[in-house]
Amino acid sequence: MTDFVLNILLQTVRISVPYILAAVGGVFSESSGVINIGLEGIMLNGAFCSVVGTYYLGNPWLGLIAGVTGGIITSVIHAVSCIRYKVNHIVSGVAINIFAVGITKFFLILVFGSSSNSARIIPLKLITFPVIGGISPVIVITVFIVVLAHVILFKTPFGLRLRACGENPAAADSLGINVWLMRYSGVAISGALAGLAGAWLAMQQSQFTSNMSSGRGFIALAAMIFGKWTPLGATGAALIFGLAESIQIHVQTMGVNIPSQFIQSIPYLLTIIVLSGLIGRSEPPAAVGKPYPEELSL
Amino acid sequence: MSSTVKFLFISVFLLGGCTAGKNDGSAGKLKVGLVFDIGGRGDKSFNDSAYRGLEKAKADFDIYTEYVEPGSGADRESALRMFASRGFDLVFGIGILFTDDITRIANDFPDVDFVCIDYNISEGLNVPDNLAAINYSEQEGSFLVGSIAGLMTKTGTVGFIGGMDIPLIHKFETGFVQGVKEVNPGCRVLVAYAGVTGEAFKNPAKGKELALSQYHSGADIIYHASGSTGLGVFEAAREKDMLAIGVDSDQYHEAPGNILTSMIKRVDVSVYHIIRNKMTGQFEGGIKQLGLKDNGVGYIYDENNRFLISPDIISRVEELKRKIIDGEIEIQLEEK
Repeated sequence: MTDFVLNILLQTVRISVPYILAAVGGVFSESSGVINIGLEGIMLNGAFCSVVGTYYLGNPWLGLIAGVTGGIITSVIHAVSCIRYKVNHIVSGVAINIFAVGITKFFLILVFGSSSNSARIIPLKLITFPVIGGISPVIVITVFIVVLAHVILFKTPFGLRLRACGENPAAADSLGINVWLMRYSGVAISGALAGLAGAWLAMQQSQFTSNMSSGRGFIALAAMIFGKWTPLGATGAALIFGLAESIQIHVQTMGVNIPSQFIQSIPYLLTIIVLSGLIGRSEPPAAVGKPYPEELSL
Repeated sequence: MSSTVKFLFISVFLLGGCTAGKNDGSAGKLKVGLVFDIGGRGDKSFNDSAYRGLEKAKADFDIYTEYVEPGSGADRESALRMFASRGFDLVFGIGILFTDDITRIANDFPDVDFVCIDYNISEGLNVPDNLAAINYSEQEGSFLVGSIAGLMTKTGTVGFIGGMDIPLIHKFETGFVQGVKEVNPGCRVLVAYAGVTGEAFKNPAKGKELALSQYHSGADIIYHASGSTGLGVFEAAREKDMLAIGVDSDQYHEAPGNILTSMIKRVDVSVYHIIRNKMTGQFEGGIKQLGLKDNGVGYIYDENNRFLISPDIISRVEELKRKIIDGEIEIQLEEK
């Protein structure tokens, strides 16, 4: 029985890691005032860069860094179009997602000669703990990131300034805060974390597979909203989604006769319940999605 | 304004020149056009198999070939139409998604012959005479790999992982389950699906978690019919050092030593044969159901996996294969 529970818990964590990382990234981006629905595409680019990095550099840790870098670069494209050129954030985010699907497939064919999957890469070495056994070091890193994100966002001047830019950029500007710089930082942090989420996905499979993010960026967005735009809340929400998915996997495996369509809708039902305000209201930062300054002055 | 008009004229002439140049290479030859499924060449599955058939036909016969790798839904139809209107003799659409488009276009171009691989047969959809609608009896191939799994399991439990929960994939599941039960009635079959949308075919992380759960629950062999989600199943097999069964094409090289066998659809053979028939004027339209009898489906047993399966098992499986072909064993498909 304990074995069974432990198994479900570990699986929940493995499923949740990409949701957590991308959702916490989303919190940073949106706290600074930039909507980031490009998390899905950023994750995919991060996954691809981590595989290419590991493949050429021969070290999965360098691959992890490559994935984070790929995520940052992708997010900066989003940041420049939203902040500098005041493009509608949703439009830019959608473009990022479509762009990522195309460019990863293009380079997949170019580098690995397949439109399906890459060659295999060296996996990360597991860290062994008593009782739970070997787990990926990325899980440990994720725990640190969540705590660090909470501290940075709510206990440091940087976090306060970041949030000010998302709530009332004019007031922040009048106090001498560089709104653009703050927003660029927020989006870049989200890119780094979504890139790491992608790297995790690829490392778990020891290869890149076309379109492997398969909707996780959007679930991460739901977790961010569910978690009321806070790192700890988003993490909790991501874990609930992961748990629902793990239970669904186990219910299927045990052959319990519940239609899979119903079980698979549980995470989405939960999100709708939360969004409809049944468990407290979830309010976005006041100035999220609005360019600053509002009038176009290039 | 006038410069725009000039530009248009020049463009038209240039484009016209290009097309004329292309036509020179195809003069007098049978012209074969092929439109790939999403994924395109290099998918190590369906599309690659179709491409092999096309290349083999090109090497063996004096034909002119062209292919298109469409990106999104709309391109599929326009690519088919483009081939038909440019005077191609034979046009292939690879994949179930072509069903509606190719039926309509075949009606629009009665002088061109069309082929749809993996045609979705449904009531009320009439297949015109110039369309060969190829459909594979996946349940027969799945039955055989199921019997291999049933004979080889040491734990008395095997697993099936499907991609999207749809009737097409249920064919694989029901065939597999009946194959297992035929040789090992007491064997447990765990069944799981990755999802209810198209994403379920490209979610290796989900595939890996489903497979880990099934292995953990005692399964030692898992058959997947789930596109690239199955790569995650193989990853789990590798991690746990268990066995998995591939699908559509020989997937041995995705996890050497852990892939017991693969249930294959001979798309390459179909493409090649249809081109050959067309060459000799024997093209036939209508629905073609290809099963074990026609060598349309099968399983892999070659130098790679010979060390994994004993000859006794293969002779037993070959006997079952003969029984299916002779109609002694009938595989029940689920009620629609």
